[in-house]
Amino acid sequence: MIENRPFITAISHIVLVIGVMIIAFPIWVTFVAATHDAVRMVQVPLPLWPGSHFFENLDQTLNKGIEGGVNQGVAMMMLNSLIMAMMIAVGKIAISLISAFAIVYFRFPFRMGFFWMIFITLMLPVEVRIIPTFEVVANLNLLNSYLGLSVPLIASATATFMFRQTFLTIPDELLEAARIDGAGPMRFFKDILLPMSRTNIAALFVILFIYGWNQYLWPLLVTTDRDMYTIVMAIKQMLEAAEQAPEWNVIMMTTLLAMLPPVAVVIFMQKLFVKGLTETEK
Amino acid sequence: MLKRVHFGPSALPYLLVTPQILITIVFFIWPASQALYQSLLIQDAFGLSTEFVWFENFQTLFEDHYYLDAFDRTIFFSVLVASLSMGFSLMLAAMADRVIKGATIYRTLLIWPYAVAPVVAGALWVFMFDPTLGIFTYMLMAFGYEWNHKLNGGEAMTLVVIASAWKQVAYNFLFFLAGMQSIPKSLIEAAAIDGAGPIRRFWTIILPLISPTTFFLLVVNIVYAFFETFGIVHAVTQGGPAKSTEILVYKVFNDGFVGLDLGGSAAQSVILMAMVIGLTVIQFRYVEKKVEYS
Repeated sequence: MIENRPFITAISHIVLVIGVMIIAFPIWVTFVAATHDAVRMVQVPLPLWPGSHFFENLDQTLNKGIEGGVNQGVAMMMLNSLIMAMMIAVGKIAISLISAFAIVYFRFPFRMGFFWMIFITLMLPVEVRIIPTFEVVANLNLLNSYLGLSVPLIASATATFMFRQTFLTIPDELLEAARIDGAGPMRFFKDILLPMSRTNIAALFVILFIYGWNQYLWPLLVTTDRDMYTIVMAIKQMLEAAEQAPEWNVIMMTTLLAMLPPVAVVIFMQKLFVKGLTETEK
Repeated sequence: MLKRVHFGPSALPYLLVTPQILITIVFFIWPASQALYQSLLIQDAFGLSTEFVWFENFQTLFEDHYYLDAFDRTIFFSVLVASLSMGFSLMLAAMADRVIKGATIYRTLLIWPYAVAPVVAGALWVFMFDPTLGIFTYMLMAFGYEWNHKLNGGEAMTLVVIASAWKQVAYNFLFFLAGMQSIPKSLIEAAAIDGAGPIRRFWTIILPLISPTTFFLLVVNIVYAFFETFGIVHAVTQGGPAKSTEILVYKVFNDGFVGLDLGGSAAQSVILMAMVIGLTVIQFRYVEKKVEYS
């Protein structure tokens, strides 16, 4: 505390509370919409206080879905999203860990060449190379598959950089000691490097899980089969169906379900999330 | 870069980098070079014949007023998103930095929109501004204003900007707050002893000291507005009405997948790639690395 100015502190609190309310208002409206029935949701003005149809809507959304839209419950889509997010997160961490290990702990020809090749991926977001990437995936027969959904998004320079940074801070003495004790490279990796990067792996996992779950354009292109839809992309189709017959209670329930897992991850693993966010951006 | 102590040469390191290099080549380098190559071709509508035309696609693009408009629009859009979102979070972070009790609670309450997918954020806002049912449409009606972003391009742009800025507040807030909290308290105390009030201290000490963070966030926000808002535009307006919200990344998708103009779309991709590379280089070269984020 630098000075005691109760008045200014009070104003700060008021501004913060208003800020929080502005940020949270859309979610409140969404939640309220998910607790009313379809009849109430077409009457102006829309309610601002929760109704009593939450579990009905939940049941309809999870198992039946929206009429005229995807016409399928979103339970399956949530599972697809989960599988995709896990594959992306685990896959990225795995390949980045071993490539960072190779780049930091080995001297071999073309080491810097490989490093730059990985660095380039940092500069090519999916959005700017979608059409040729789509062609590659189509030619490999990976459309409508979990591999097609996740593998093209797995290569990542940020994760490799972060592990490289972590490995560089690990004292050289550890490697010397391990070698004196007769440990080979893979033994050193498994028994020393992995345990020492545990927090970084967890922090990165949190970020990558959110990244994977929230993918939109890519699943939209590579899935045409209903059984492979992810929940995030289903929202768009429901919005299109809403042009004719709005079922906002179901759409907003889907929205709620679509943001629940990543938001829960951010709130309950806040420390890891903040660590992951600040370290991957450095 | 390399450890002073390291393992000798063997086949192992190659094996270790293989998965990543393979994926990079197949899904990044090959498609990117394809985009480069396609941008130099013109294909007829049925894909039967292709002709190598050097830079004609680029020339057409820069003579196409739709493209130039999309360019201006994207810049206008990113400036709005970045300034709205950064301004709002800077104010909140300055307040949160002041209060001692509850700063963590405020942080928890403010950072979760980061986890909301762009398309989901779009769905939330499009629901609240629905021309017939939306809650804000209803409120605006009470003031005699008829909101319809499906007909009015300016309103459509406003909606997309609000939804995009809303989602980015979390990220900016987190970094601004971390930047402010890393300023040594003694500096602020010294200024307070010299009689500088909170507002004066904010302008003369806090703001200059967090300028590396501000610059870093500016680049991140521009990249965000350029490339990551696709889902928001797709959910809220689909680029309409009358292309009034068609930003570059949306146009690439629309021309390529809907309009099937592969050469033109590839040329647009190449231009976007050049822009990302430029922004990344700026980020790496000029962003101060000394700032300690915690």
